[in-house]
Amino acid sequence: MTDPVIRISNMNKWFGTFHVLRDINLQVAAGEKIVICGPSGSGKSTLIRCLNRLEHHQEGHIEVEGVSLDGSMKNLESIRSNVGMVFQQFNLFPHMSVLENCTLAPIWVKQKTKQEAEALARQFLERVRIPDQADKYPGQLSGGQQQRVAIARALCMNPDIMLFDEPTSALDPEMIKEVLDVMVELAEDGMTMLCVTHEMGFARQVADRVIFMDEGEIVEENEPEAFFSNPQNERTKMFLSQVLSH
Amino acid sequence: MRSWLNRDALLQAIVLLAVVAGMVWLVGNVQSNLERQNINSGFGFLSERAGFGINQTLIDYTEDDSFGRVVVVGLLNTLLVSVLGIFFATLLGFSLGVARLSRNWLISKIAMVYIEIFRNVPLLLQIMFWYFGVLRNLPSPRQALSIGEAMFVSNRGVVVPWLEAGAGAVWYGVAFAGVLAGGFWLRRRALKMKLNTGQASRVWRPLALLTLALFAVAALLAGVPFTLDVPYLKGFNFRGGLTVIPEFVALLLALSLYTAAFIAEIVRAGINAVDKGQREASAALGLPESLALRLVVIPQALRVIIPPLTSQYLNLTKNSSLAVAIAYPDIVSVLAGTTLSQVGQAVEIIFVTMMIYLSLSLLTSWAMNRYNQRMALVGNAS
Ligand SMILES: Nc1ncnc2c1ncn2[C@@H]1O[C@H](COP(=O)(O)OP(=O)(O)OP(=O)(O)O)[C@@H](O)[C@H]1O
Ligand SMILES: [Mg+2]
Repeated sequence: MTDPVIRISNMNKWFGTFHVLRDINLQVAAGEKIVICGPSGSGKSTLIRCLNRLEHHQEGHIEVEGVSLDGSMKNLESIRSNVGMVFQQFNLFPHMSVLENCTLAPIWVKQKTKQEAEALARQFLERVRIPDQADKYPGQLSGGQQQRVAIARALCMNPDIMLFDEPTSALDPEMIKEVLDVMVELAEDGMTMLCVTHEMGFARQVADRVIFMDEGEIVEENEPEAFFSNPQNERTKMFLSQVLSH
Repeated sequence: MRSWLNRDALLQAIVLLAVVAGMVWLVGNVQSNLERQNINSGFGFLSERAGFGINQTLIDYTEDDSFGRVVVVGLLNTLLVSVLGIFFATLLGFSLGVARLSRNWLISKIAMVYIEIFRNVPLLLQIMFWYFGVLRNLPSPRQALSIGEAMFVSNRGVVVPWLEAGAGAVWYGVAFAGVLAGGFWLRRRALKMKLNTGQASRVWRPLALLTLALFAVAALLAGVPFTLDVPYLKGFNFRGGLTVIPEFVALLLALSLYTAAFIAEIVRAGINAVDKGQREASAALGLPESLALRLVVIPQALRVIIPPLTSQYLNLTKNSSLAVAIAYPDIVSVLAGTTLSQVGQAVEIIFVTMMIYLSLSLLTSWAMNRYNQRMALVGNAS
């Protein structure tokens, strides 16, 4: 096994007095796909948001591609541009066209020329299967299309790691598949992925490991087959029976 | 969005037409009444000799000039205090609005206290406070506060040194315009270079060189056509320099400080209206905070800010008519005040005054609508 690209050890986080993440230990190897699930409020979002420092942890250690995340870091921006993130609410920039959404960061962060950035953006828009929407504005697209733009926008920075926070929860059922298909393809291309989702079909298909969180703790962690067919912990069993029943 | 703005413009035009029609009918009606009673009417008085002095005139004016010229002098005074007021209120308002959102507790609280005080005290009272409470209470010219024996602050206002421009000064004006144009051009070129080559080009150094070069050429062509006019005390008052009358200072201060408090709240609400996911998405892409503000947050906040900001600009312009209370010679003071009491043609005079404010307001709304149209979003915001 290669060196892990993400290394979390004994990490704790509080919101005020509320202990939101408890003693988290996790290592992710390059190319590995991790699915994180758990009940609402269990700290899944907070955990992956700590990985690009949208949230700050208070105790323990987080290392991303050999760089330790803490208050003294200088090149936070360069770490962030290597770690792409896709949000539940898309968070596209509504005042910019699809193409501008995708070229903004390559131009201003990676100092690419407009021409290079646009060529790259069109390439990724092709990959998420919306090459003909480049000149539209986010408000003119369906939810599924918007989320695929958001994925393309993140990919334009050529990240080594992609974080997904419930990318399909805000979508109508008929659009979920088009987004999941793109994510499956991305997984097949060897991207390192951490994905918070309750799409168990997706987890079975691509995940190397499934992690179950409850009340800020990693309760259970296993390969998808074993995780679904033979959960060990009572809390996992209860959660799975709820999720799989509909 | 677009069709709404057009409807807005149409509505404004209809209202304007209705107002004009109403006025014409009113004037006609009143005029025939007056004629029957043998009272003067019409706008003939505009060419008559005014016969009174005005203590602040931006164009040459003497008592021998006509009432028509009084209108222009008053209008320019209104414009001067309004434009400067809008400028300072915007500057201060935006700073306060951002300060209000600061993570620094003290800065945010100071901004809050400012806003609460200035927006809850009636404007007329604030004008009176600055005029009667502060500026009129300053020492007389003989005991004036002097700054380097060149600038004097007294109850007669602020007297500052002034450059008297002679022939050839126009070349300096041309040089200045050249520097402005050059600055714009350099900025655009820098952005283009950035997009075409990935590298930003320099802006400040070439601009400094351009400034030096243009003014050197102006000096070669025209020499130095300026004489410095430093004020000095003679008898009971100052001679020379430029006198800024206390009425102007008080009105400008009050209008700027009062309106800034409202603008601050508008700016705060505008920035808060931008979803915090926008900042998070920018950060996740690796954009530094300053760029995220400039490219993502502010353009979206402006959409929310501009409509209420426009009405603050209109309010400030209309509120400048409170000048009457301290006899600053704005359009209302000199026209609806002094001229009316001398000529006595209330209908015509009030009509002209109202039309002037209406035109100013429509002009401002039109300009701001144009600007807002450019910022409008396509489709529904997600
Ligand atoms: N900025 C914050 N300040 C205070 N508490 C917060 C903050 N963000 C999240 N929390 C709390 O932390 C807990 C974990 O939140 P988190 O968003 O990580 O949960 P989650 O597992 O992603 O839930 P969901 O499935 O609903 O998205 C929740 O109880 C939430 O209320
Ligand atoms: Mg969440």
